[in-house]
This record gives sequence, structure tokens and C-alpha cells, in this order.
Amino acid sequence: MNEVLTAGTVMLGLAGFFGVVLALANRFLRVHEDPRLDTVEEMLPGTNCGACGVPGCRAFAETLVSGERSPGGCTVATPGEVEDIAGYLGVAAGFEEKRVARLHCAGGKSSVRRLAEYQGFTSCRAAYQVNAGGSACPWGCLGLGDCDEVCDFDAIHMNDEDLPVVEVELCTACNDCVEVCPVDLFTIEPLSAKLLVQCNNPLVGEAAGGICQVVCDGCSLCAKDAADGVIEMSGGLPVIRDQAAATPRATFRCPTRAIQWVEGNQFERREAVS
Amino acid sequence: MKLLPFLRPPTFRHGVHPDEQKAATAGLPIERMPFVEEYVMPLAQHIGAPARAIVEPGQRVERGEMIAEPGGFVSTAHHAPATGTVRAIDLRPHPSGRLQPAIVIGADPFSSQRLSADAQPLPKGLPGPELVRRIQDAGLVGLGGAAFPSHVKLQVPEGKKARFVMLNGCECEPYLTCDHRIMLERPRAVIGGLRLIMEQVGAERGYVGVENNKADAIEALRQAVGREGLPIEVFALQVKYPQGAEKMMIDAILRQEVPSGGLPLDLELLVNNVGTAAAMVDLVETGQPLIERVLTVSGDGVRRPANLLVPLGTSIEAVLDYCGGMLPETRQVLLGGPMMGMAQKNLDAPIVKGTGGILASLRPAPFIEEEPCIRCARCLEACPLYLNPARIALLAREERVPELSTYHAMDCFECAACSFVCPSHIPLVQLIRMGKAMVRQAAEAEAS
Repeated sequence: MNEVLTAGTVMLGLAGFFGVVLALANRFLRVHEDPRLDTVEEMLPGTNCGACGVPGCRAFAETLVSGERSPGGCTVATPGEVEDIAGYLGVAAGFEEKRVARLHCAGGKSSVRRLAEYQGFTSCRAAYQVNAGGSACPWGCLGLGDCDEVCDFDAIHMNDEDLPVVEVELCTACNDCVEVCPVDLFTIEPLSAKLLVQCNNPLVGEAAGGICQVVCDGCSLCAKDAADGVIEMSGGLPVIRDQAAATPRATFRCPTRAIQWVEGNQFERREAVS
Repeated sequence: MKLLPFLRPPTFRHGVHPDEQKAATAGLPIERMPFVEEYVMPLAQHIGAPARAIVEPGQRVERGEMIAEPGGFVSTAHHAPATGTVRAIDLRPHPSGRLQPAIVIGADPFSSQRLSADAQPLPKGLPGPELVRRIQDAGLVGLGGAAFPSHVKLQVPEGKKARFVMLNGCECEPYLTCDHRIMLERPRAVIGGLRLIMEQVGAERGYVGVENNKADAIEALRQAVGREGLPIEVFALQVKYPQGAEKMMIDAILRQEVPSGGLPLDLELLVNNVGTAAAMVDLVETGQPLIERVLTVSGDGVRRPANLLVPLGTSIEAVLDYCGGMLPETRQVLLGGPMMGMAQKNLDAPIVKGTGGILASLRPAPFIEEEPCIRCARCLEACPLYLNPARIALLAREERVPELSTYHAMDCFECAACSFVCPSHIPLVQLIRMGKAMVRQAAEAEAS
């Protein structure tokens, strides 16, 4: 009987002791967190995509509450959601310019010369390890859809030319496709940058022409037609130096349509200009 | 035989037994391929920094003249494989599948085999560092396939010792017989090269490892060693794939294991290919730099299989044409052996220093839809390095990059024994190769 009482008393004593410790800890060691943080995190999309530049939505919420960033930095949230967060925090929405992933290759299966058929594990990165894939252009799209696979927002789908089409409405510029592509064909561009070079092949002249129908053969007509300083030829390809001054004029004389004026998605309205 | 393991020839543990398929070319003497019209010498055809071109388009070059200088210490020179004119220096097809900078030489019609006046036999008794420099300038690389610059191996770093030198004449890849023919036809050059390397690094003993399906070559080498009491031993090793991998041959001969991530030099050992040793003797005796190599052309898609001495830079197509061309039904062309060789899409790509064979195949290993892993562990029993291929492939598929290093993915040398045995047709070695690329990419990202 005595043992039972001792055990009970000891347990109660311990419970009381730790209760006091916890109460003191709660009183003196408490971390004061802005109560708005949880609410803001709740209001963010919660995709943890990293497109805003900080790791995860909670970290972004912290920058919002501290005022370092404005809610418009989240490219995933709809404008309405951004306004809501801005209203809740009492700050300006600060919409940032929408950015999207753009592919610098238009060499679909009917355009590029095929030298061999790749058979094996269906993945661009695996195919690239085997003689850089079966196409004649080792700088071009492999067309096996690793970017489609990796996209968390279902913004990329492969078209019937086996080229990835990025839905600008859905793309959040999260950078995943940029990282996964073994040929480094994607870049993140502002949506307002409409003059796009859809080729990554540094060859010039006939050497390029024999490889792909929509290759840039380095003729530099685009650079001549554009205003001064807009396009500079570098490494056999045009590089757009000044998007603000760019006009569709630069694309008019391109013999292979390698440089395009793109409004909206790539590869969808190829005849829109001209 | 199974009851008397001590009677069997030495070998490593694990490994596989692919069909040898060497009969088509093993009995054919090495023949010299005549000059073709154009040679393409890529600046990068070895491990390390690419070479730097030192010629201009339009310049005349003689056979054996240096056309590109080493781009660093771990790099090597390249030489004109034929007398002619430099046509261009631009991007050309490369056996890697990419287009890479190369020097294009148009050969003179009816040009002779005479070497340029620069190529002179090396004087006897050159001091060590001078010999290392001469070997670098002669463009010598390991001819076993990896094309690692030979002079780097001969310069034993401070604080290390190379007490043993091994020559690798295993040639465990099916179909290939070029090393076999070199050992059989030039045994004195092979042994001479071994002695040269041993003298250079101050080694006590030399070993030659040869698989015992090449009894004639073993006999020829033993005769070349002779009864003079040279400290050289020729080992007949069991026929098993990948017996010719450096680490596996060391295990078979010395029963020692090269540590993970380490080099044979950690065991006071140097390993070279038999062809490299013979090329070194060519350099010392005639001054000929590395401008040609022996390779095997075989496979059921080739009309006339052969062992050829081919000038570097010859296109794959020209070599196949010399061998009577491919059958029209040929479905795959590999550079190298069937286990580790790389499928080629562009037959304009040139023969480079590391090319040991061309295989044209009517029935390449079919790509069969893979089935789930049934945990049979046959890949574990095949892996000569005791890795877990199925696990590493799974990690690569799921992009679990940090764990890839935990499972020693980077130790894998892609021998493909795992893919060979997998009953579920999982492309294990391809997945592992992809995983290794991920690990390298992550390391680069961390460094920058």
C-alpha cells in the first residue's frame, strides 16, 4: 500500500514541478510572433514554389509582414488574392511584372533533321547522355518532356511537334524547367519581352541550314532591320539588348522564322505577324 | 572445376559472362588503312583541358607535325595524321554527339607515310621530367578507352611511390580484338613499353594481365619477357566481364582493393593499356607521335570485319566503307564494345584517340519496356564494385541527389554488368549515368 502511495506522490510531484517549469518558460522564454504571419501565410497559395525568390510561402509571408517585399512578389496568387493580402496588411499591392519561361528552340520533329532514333528510358536527361539524343542539332530541344514532368503548375504541355508549350497564364516563373532542361533551353523573361530568338544553334550559314528548317543561320538581317542597339549578333545568334525599343519589324525578313514576335504562348500563332 | 577453385585462373569477384564474339576478328592480322581525303581532329579527344590549335586555315602540315598544343598539364598535344593542308578550324561532329571545335585537314592525294622532320627518335637516357614533356608533346593518351593523358601517370606526385607497373591486356569487351592483335604481333614493343614505364617511375616489378582466351598472346608475351630474369610476370586471368577494368585487374592479380574515390597509385601501382605501351616504344624508337591507332571493326552489320591501323580523324563512315560498307539493314553503330560503347547517330564523327572499335549491329540489344524491380538482387551479384545498382537507379529516378553520394554512385564506372543481368530490363546503367550527371551538376552549383 505504501509503495502505491509513494509512486503516486512522486508522479504528482514531478507533474507539478514540470508544470511550474513550463509555466515559467511560457512566461519568460516565449517567442513573440506577429499574429498576422499565420493569416498571411494562409492567404498565400501555399505552393512553396520559390518563384518569389525566397524558400517557401512562410518565408515569403515573413518578408511581407516585415515590409521588405510587397504582396505582388508572389507570381502564383491571382490579382484578387494579392489585393486581399495588401488590404489586410494595409500596404500597396506592388504588382511586379509577370515573368514566364520561354523556350529558345523551335526545332520540332518536322523541322529538325533526325539522324537516329533514340530508344531507351524516356527522359531528356537520359537521352542527352546517349550521344546527345538522335537529332542532328545537339543544341536543340530533345522533346521528351522532362519540363512537362517537372512543372508543378501544369503550365507546360508537349505539342504535336514534341515541343513544350508554356501557358503564360499558368506559368509562375518558378525556374524548375530552367533547371531540369539538359540543353539549357529555357530562360525566364518578362511577359513584355516579345521579341524572342527561338534558336540556340551557334552554327552559321549552310552548316546550320542543313540541320534544321527553323534554325538561325546567323544572317543578321534582324539586327540590320531593328533600331540601333536593339539586337547584337554574338556567337552566331542574335542577342536582344534592348527589349523596350524592339518592334516586330526585326522579324519580318528572317528567312527561317527563327526570331519571332510572340504575344502570349510560344508556337501557337506562328502566322500572327507579317 | 568448381570443386577446385585454386586451380582456376585468378579473377575478381562478381561480374558477368557475355558472349565473347571475338572469333570473327581474333585471327585477322592488323592491316593499315589507306589515307582518305579529309581528317577531322577534335581539340578535345582526351580527359582534361582541350588542346589549343597552333595552325591556321590554309597552312601546310606534314604527317606527325604538331597542330595543337597541350591546354594545360592534364592535357595533350595533337598531330597531323596525314600530310596536307588545314582546311578549317570549326565545329564538327564529335563521338560525344555534340559538335566540337576541330582542325580539318585535307590530305594530299598519294601522300606518303613519311613523318615530318620534327619527329625524331628520342635520345637515350633522357632525364625523367624531359621524357614526361616529350610524351605530352607526342600526344600520348591511354588507348584503353578513357584517353587519360599518359604523361600525367608517369609523373608520380611528390610523396607517392609506384613500386609496381601493370599493363592491361584483358580486353574483356566482347567483339574487340585490337589489344589481342597488338600483343600477338608486337609483344616486344609491349614489353619494351612496360620496361620504359618501369624505368621512368622506378618500379620494382611489372605485371601484364591477359584474359586466358588469348593463349597465343600470353605465350608471345612470355617469350618476349624471355629467360633473362626480367622482373615481369604475365598473368593469365579468367575470362569474365569487366576483367579489363583497372580496379578489377588489380584485384585479380594482387588481391588488393583500390579505395573508393582513390587511384591505383594509393596501392603504389600504375596501370596502363598494352597499346599505350607499344605507342610509347614507337615514340622513343621512331619519334612517331600518336597519329594512328589500332581498332576492331566488327559486328554482324559489317561485310568484312577487320583489325585496322587507322589514322586518327578518319570518319567512322570511311572506316566502315573500307571494310566493305555496312549491310543496309544495320540498325545501330557503336563506338567501342557492346557493353560500354556509345551509340553513334552521325557517321561523320571521327575516330579519336580513345576509340577501340566500331560495331555495326543488325540486331542491337532491344529496348524492352521495363518491368518493376522484383528485388532479385542479380544486379548486386553482377556489380564488380559491390554497389547496389537497383537502389542507385531508383534514387536517380527520384532525383534524391544527396543520397546518390551516400550509395557511392560516383564510384560506378558504368560497366553495364547490372543492365546486362536485369531480368526486368530496367535501364540501370543509363539511370545511374543520369544520376552521376545530377551529382556533378549539384557539385558545380555548390561551387559557384
